[in-house]
Amino acid sequence: MRILYFAWVREGVGTGEEEVDLPATVTTVAALIDWLATRSPAHAAAFAEPARLRAAVDQEFGPLDASVVGAAEVAIFPPVTGG
Amino acid sequence: MIRVLVSPAPIDVAEELAAAEAAGAGAVATFTGLVRADEHADGTVAVLELEHYPGGTERALEKLAAEATARWSLAAATIVHRVGPMRPGERIVFVAAAAPHRDAALDACAFLIDRLKTDAPFWKRETRGSSASWVEARDADDAAAARWGN
Repeated sequence: MRILYFAWVREGVGTGEEEVDLPATVTTVAALIDWLATRSPAHAAAFAEPARLRAAVDQEFGPLDASVVGAAEVAIFPPVTGG
Repeated sequence: MIRVLVSPAPIDVAEELAAAEAAGAGAVATFTGLVRADEHADGTVAVLELEHYPGGTERALEKLAAEATARWSLAAATIVHRVGPMRPGERIVFVAAAAPHRDAALDACAFLIDRLKTDAPFWKRETRGSSASWVEARDADDAAAARWGN
């Protein structure tokens, strides 16, 4: 699965993109975030406050309880500030 | 006609407006957003940088334009958003809605800019003097977007 990070999440994790092999037990965005947080201290710090995170699964915005089963791409980022 | 463009190039309002007018409707409403030179104790914004989600941003904007087109029977919906570094006074976003009459055009235009602020993946980073920081999302923007329903 391809994981994308943007804005301060990208800066915190230290990369904008990584490939991961997800355990079958990880089925939601929230669980994915918890699992990614175990990859490094930088991941843990970037994901310390899940309430400040938003996500898109295969480019569709969704809540943190959205399913990631079978997804090719999940993006994790702060609340958006365009316009 | 749906036109969505995300680009680091300056926004050509005359060209975008002419395209919306060419859709043949009786009314065209537009909104132009500019980079503000906000006054803060720690100095004014020297550079605003816009990050986006290539592919995901275009998809979100196309969905938004399609929703407005269906809801107000638009002849044209245009969303042009600049990304990368820009300076105070420069255009950051332009939206246009072309409809048979003014109320639909004005409502659709307001809908597009309100929902763009909450539904499209863009992130602003400000540089003031020697310090840079990510702009925080505003509750007022969520409230403005919510008045249009789901």
